[in-house]
Amino acid sequence: MSGAVGGTLADDSLASAGQLRLTWLRFRRHKLAYVSLFIVVLFYLVAIFADFLAINDPHAVDARRGYLPPQAVHLFDANGFNPHVDGMTGRRDLKTFRQVYVPDPNKKLPVTLFARGYPYELFGLFETDRHLLGLVTPEPLDGIYLLGTDALGRDLFSRIMVATRISLSIGLASVTLSLILGILLGGVSGLYGGLVDLFLQRVIEVIRSIPTIPLWMGIAAALPNTWSVVRVYFAITVIISLIGWTELARLALPAMIISETSLSFLGLGLRPPAISWGILLQDAQNVQVLAGAPWLLLAAVPVVIVILAFNFLGDGLRDAADPYG
Amino acid sequence: MLIYIGRRLSLALITCVAISILTFVIIRLPPGDFVDAYIANLASTGSTVTAEQAQSMRHEYGLDRPVYVQYVLWITRVVHGDFGVSMMWRRPVTEVIGDRLWLTMVVSFAALFLTWTIALPIGIYSAVRQYSIGDYVATMLGFIGLAIPNFLLALILMYFGFRYLGLSVGGLFTPEYAQADWSWGKLWDLMIHIPLPAAVLALAGTAQLIRIMRANLLDELRKPYVVTARAKGISEFRAVLKYPVRAALNPFASSSAYLFPYLVSGSIVVSLVLGLPTVGPLLLQALVAQDMYLAGTIVLLLGVMTVVGTLISDMLLMWIEPRLRLTGRS
Repeated sequence: MSGAVGGTLADDSLASAGQLRLTWLRFRRHKLAYVSLFIVVLFYLVAIFADFLAINDPHAVDARRGYLPPQAVHLFDANGFNPHVDGMTGRRDLKTFRQVYVPDPNKKLPVTLFARGYPYELFGLFETDRHLLGLVTPEPLDGIYLLGTDALGRDLFSRIMVATRISLSIGLASVTLSLILGILLGGVSGLYGGLVDLFLQRVIEVIRSIPTIPLWMGIAAALPNTWSVVRVYFAITVIISLIGWTELARLALPAMIISETSLSFLGLGLRPPAISWGILLQDAQNVQVLAGAPWLLLAAVPVVIVILAFNFLGDGLRDAADPYG
Repeated sequence: MLIYIGRRLSLALITCVAISILTFVIIRLPPGDFVDAYIANLASTGSTVTAEQAQSMRHEYGLDRPVYVQYVLWITRVVHGDFGVSMMWRRPVTEVIGDRLWLTMVVSFAALFLTWTIALPIGIYSAVRQYSIGDYVATMLGFIGLAIPNFLLALILMYFGFRYLGLSVGGLFTPEYAQADWSWGKLWDLMIHIPLPAAVLALAGTAQLIRIMRANLLDELRKPYVVTARAKGISEFRAVLKYPVRAALNPFASSSAYLFPYLVSGSIVVSLVLGLPTVGPLLLQALVAQDMYLAGTIVLLLGVMTVVGTLISDMLLMWIEPRLRLTGRS
């Protein structure tokens, strides 16, 4: 055992190590899971500081900068260190009538850290307008669009940051709810056994043999249009966890995130102005749009990374939960 | 064995009843009822309905009676094959759905078939050559397969197909066959088009099954009887395939029983992205338009067919799993 954990610990300290410490040591050996833990924590930090990391107001619409391609931040220019982005000038292509943008190397917009931008409330408590990155002198129409903009000229990077909040929290909330349901019903069926147990087992089998997405779609579509974003959010959470609790056998968080993403992608989950990854991907639904603005697909990247990280993390946790095995 | 089949059948029946109740709830969930929607529909074209007429319509459809009576009335009609009229299309629901239900099932079954045929050999290979490059590649692909929601994969494939190959990926038929009646030519056309959506759908399930098969077989290969077989000089091929693989198939088989509902679910979303003529796009339209009879029927039929599909795959599994056949007897 000592050899397996690594030579860093004397045998004595390992022998007296508690369950928690053994679990942690074992978890650290699973490299991918260990890295994934950091990635997941990073994602939740992004969710917490989303507004700070966002550069432009994620809701600000301006058709004059629709489908702006991603911009790069240049750190140096001819005079040495001078972080800036090139201003973009748009014009209509007279053949296709599409708005095309060309970077204008003469129009340098200096970039700075901790810049002033749109006002927001940090943790819902402190009113501030500081952002990690921003222009030194913000002007309307100018801005840093690291990942380009969508049809309405909203900044994709900022939207992805803010979307993290809903997409990650809905997974967590659904899993918590499912867990409570699962423990409650599992406990009841274990405690009373016999007929109750048999009945609950059958109920689980029945739920699992129904294709879930049509069911979700049906229930989600029945939510009244007049509901506020928050109410829809809670309703979706409840729906996902009601159907999802039967699958507690494995780490269900990634499945819940995928569920929300697919539902919103179909336009049946959360609705704008809420921002989630599924809603961002909804804009990327058809090939014609993608051909002109392929950067819209970038909203898929965080989805894939976070689900991958959760899967590895789940793997590592499962292995680690039994440190004596 | 008969007991086992009986148990599966009764469970399937209960599931169907549960699905029908859920469907009924979905149909009834939006505020207002069918008559309200109908009146609103008529009002938009300029005609009006008096209160008495509305009342008599409600009576005719049984909407003025308690909910459970309504359920019984509805399910009786359904059993007789009357699924009601689609408000959106103004045609009987069965007519609107047409071939789409079958195509959904064909796509899902193709995906199931593909999942098994890919996952099995790769899983065996991964276990026999544990920690080889091939094993790592399979593991990696497996995890990525799990992490990419299938609608995203469809989207990405479509984009690359369009961008770099100039192909319009998607659909189940070439345009000249889309509206045509069934013929050998159309069937062949379908066969050509089906692998792509089936592969997209199969990816996540395949990834999962490879992991399961690998883990099971690894457990099995370490058992003494395999060592004995090798010591007695049996060929490696037989030493792996004859007993360990068969034993490892059991958990593999039972875990793939839940695969079919999962694939049907996935096909709905993937169909929307790839523009497949399955019930997926129709269901979405119906839900958005609150055409509840059409939507409800689709959910109901999908559910029931899934149950039947699962039942069929259960029966197939019994064929490879002697314990299932035998335990029923005791």
